[in-house]
Amino acid sequence: MAVCVAVIAKENYPLYIRSVPTQNELKFHYTVHTSLDVVEEKVSAVGKALPDQRELYLGLLYPTEDYKVYGYVTNSKVKFVIVVDSSNTSLRDNEIRSMFRKLHSSFTDVMCNPFYNPGDTIQSKSFDSIVSAMMVQSS
Amino acid sequence: MESLTLSDVEQKYYSDLFVYCDVDNTKKVASNGKVLDLFRAAQLSNDVVLQITELCGATRLGHFGRSQFYIALKLIALAQSGLPLRVESLNSVKDLPLPRFVVGKNEQESRHTAMYPDTENQGPYSSVIPRPPGRVPAKKLSTHEVIQPCVSAVEPQPDTTSPVVSPHQSPPTSPHAWRKHKRQASGGAVDRPPAVAGAAWPPFREAQPAGDGMWASHSPPPVQESWVSFTDTPPSSTLPAVHPSSAQESTTVRTVASAATTNEIQRQASGYEDPWKITDEQRQYYINQFKTIQPDLTGFIPGSAAKEFFTKSKLPILELSHIWELSDFDKDGALTLDEFCAAFHLVVARKNGYDLPEKLPESLMPKLIDLDDSAGVPESAPEVGFSSSPVEVTPNKSPSMPSLNQNWPELNQSNEDTAIVHPVPIRMTPSKIHMQEMELKRTASDHTHPTSPLMAKPPELSEEKKLAAIKFPGSTVGDGYSSSDSFTSDQEPISSAVTRQRSHSGTSPEGLKAVAPPPPPPRPHASHSRSSSLDMNRNFTAVAAGTQQQAGVVAFPPAVPPRPLPTQTSVPHGHRPVDGDGLPAHSSTSPQQMPEQPNFADFSQFQVFAVEQPVDDGDTQQDGGQVEKGVDAAGAVRATKNDTQAEERTPATVNSAKGSTPLAPPPKPVRRRLKSEDELRPDVEDHPQKSSVVPGVLATQASIPRSIGKDKKAIQASIRRNKETNTVLARLNSELQQQLKDLLEERISLEVQLEQLRPFSHL
Repeated sequence: MAVCVAVIAKENYPLYIRSVPTQNELKFHYTVHTSLDVVEEKVSAVGKALPDQRELYLGLLYPTEDYKVYGYVTNSKVKFVIVVDSSNTSLRDNEIRSMFRKLHSSFTDVMCNPFYNPGDTIQSKSFDSIVSAMMVQSS
Repeated sequence: MESLTLSDVEQKYYSDLFVYCDVDNTKKVASNGKVLDLFRAAQLSNDVVLQITELCGATRLGHFGRSQFYIALKLIALAQSGLPLRVESLNSVKDLPLPRFVVGKNEQESRHTAMYPDTENQGPYSSVIPRPPGRVPAKKLSTHEVIQPCVSAVEPQPDTTSPVVSPHQSPPTSPHAWRKHKRQASGGAVDRPPAVAGAAWPPFREAQPAGDGMWASHSPPPVQESWVSFTDTPPSSTLPAVHPSSAQESTTVRTVASAATTNEIQRQASGYEDPWKITDEQRQYYINQFKTIQPDLTGFIPGSAAKEFFTKSKLPILELSHIWELSDFDKDGALTLDEFCAAFHLVVARKNGYDLPEKLPESLMPKLIDLDDSAGVPESAPEVGFSSSPVEVTPNKSPSMPSLNQNWPELNQSNEDTAIVHPVPIRMTPSKIHMQEMELKRTASDHTHPTSPLMAKPPELSEEKKLAAIKFPGSTVGDGYSSSDSFTSDQEPISSAVTRQRSHSGTSPEGLKAVAPPPPPPRPHASHSRSSSLDMNRNFTAVAAGTQQQAGVVAFPPAVPPRPLPTQTSVPHGHRPVDGDGLPAHSSTSPQQMPEQPNFADFSQFQVFAVEQPVDDGDTQQDGGQVEKGVDAAGAVRATKNDTQAEERTPATVNSAKGSTPLAPPPKPVRRRLKSEDELRPDVEDHPQKSSVVPGVLATQASIPRSIGKDKKAIQASIRRNKETNTVLARLNSELQQQLKDLLEERISLEVQLEQLRPFSHL
């Protein structure tokens, strides 16, 4: 049910970003970019604790009038950002978590592919299909 | 005639055809008869044939000159490709497959004759149609293969080639089938540009039967690419191998080539069956390849090794990546023999022009064919390894995965638990924490000691309520009301008071299940308002806290005392939309009610009302709860209004109305709160009754088994939605009210100015 899904690499450049086409893509790109600051903040806040103890799911990063932004960071500092529509309030925390879980697992699959060089943009069809499934649900 | 540009391949092909038709050996003109036969053999309708002849100018000339013939052939190719016949497209269409002509022979025969030189094979054909050059290599291959494969009796090529060919044994049909296919344009693979076939063919050229003279001329392989690259030997390696050289090329090259051919053949054959089936020869070949990388057939090929291997095939990385995704069934980053075979097969197919499937085909799924290590792999669609072969998968998963795995179940459980335990979702807005606690307590108590907690509250409530009531006048009530949606702090106290009253009334009369002061069940949703009912009391001074919450809360308290206040100012505008019908009536009275507010401390009324329609309110409240958000303001208004007048007046009506409203599943007191919003809209009077209803509802809630949780969830979802709309409407209301206020102020100022100016006007 996301309107935008983004995967950002450790160095904070996007590996994959996709929005529901009807929306203004640039706006989402910008949103994701600004949300990175919030992610950093949250990550550093918990940074004192050992990485193991750090929770991967960051939760709601910040809400705007139109949508909410959720974040998730992996142990390798790869960030997933999901933007959902505010009007879609039926989304529960669980669902967001499960969405991140799916993202993470399919991202792992992409990583496992020996033909994928870390740092490349993600062009895997299966990853695309999983993301589409997530986005189609909502809209 | 239109000038025609032909590619080399086409040139050769056409010249061959021309020669074929040039029965009289004039080198200039092809006999009409032959040409027409040929055209008919192209499996085009007569109309098309006529059109073609016309277009190429033969009708004009009366005969088929070379150029006409060529043009005609090109048009045939166009027609066979389904493109419209246009003279312009002769030169514009790129990558047009060569025209195909059907041979009368049936496949079976051809299969068995594949071994023989082309000429021989063609013998059986009704007509000898020059093979498209591109096919030549394939043909050679086929002959090659046919030779080798046990199938046909044709004397095997020099044994040197046998090792290579062995894999080709794959369907002996392939060679023949090949030809046939090509002729008949059957199987999608046939359409592949001849170039593709060229790749591996060269090596086999030498094996070509002597009779293949005609084809020999076409031997120059259109394309040298292909497998050959597997061995890292540049395509050139194939060339030398090509001709005369003995078949002794490096085994790898051979194998590669043979693999290619095998694949071609396979491809051909597969046109009839499952295109993804791996033949035994192919499989054997793959296994051999596997051994070169990993001697242990039950072991894995690590990803990096596989990457190198498949990179040799010169497919684009993206496609290789896709192939990997498809074939690495257990997603462990390594290939078992089956996975490797599948991957290899896909590569072969891709090289031969098949498009990669989206999902791994059935026949390629790791199965127990040769080895048992794939046994554990389920045949379900490729999925993340969690469910698939557990042994193989988990250990190999990326490091983060295990931790993830651990985390998730925990998360799930935790969420599940919380979800299950409480009918009310424990979504909490910050200010709702209290509410949730209340909720928990309440729900718990509902089932256990419904009344006890409630009873404890009323006294507090009453006092607080009074405070709140008193406060109202003090605070800018008007503000609060004006922004029914704005949930100013003013409203909070009001709402809180209201809620308290409600709960109060609810509890006192009923003493039932607990609905106890409907401390807004932590129905977190945006509409915090409800949940904070009890908190409101505490937040009195806080004020600023979720105004909405308070509004919502206000709605609940049956007393709805604050009602009058809110309605006073903004009432007419703001509340109407939100509150619906009930408000207008109250608004008018609101000013009067203001002073009466303190009256709502009079809980006796509530009790009365509460008793009246316990059930109704409970139900309706639940619905109202859903609407919470928008209702907040309304709730506040109502609360004020209701406290005195409303209660008395329409409680009955309201309650009844409410009762009729869909009874949200007992869940939660939150429902009640939500309902209050709903109620706010439809009717104002409900409040007093709400309180009574609430207890009833709670009672029902308690009675309803948790099993209805699911329904609750659905209802909750709908409640949320309603809340959303409520909030939106509430916002709208507040905005409108704000505007109204502004306008009024302007008006007042203007009037004042007017007054001032009036005396002057007389002057």
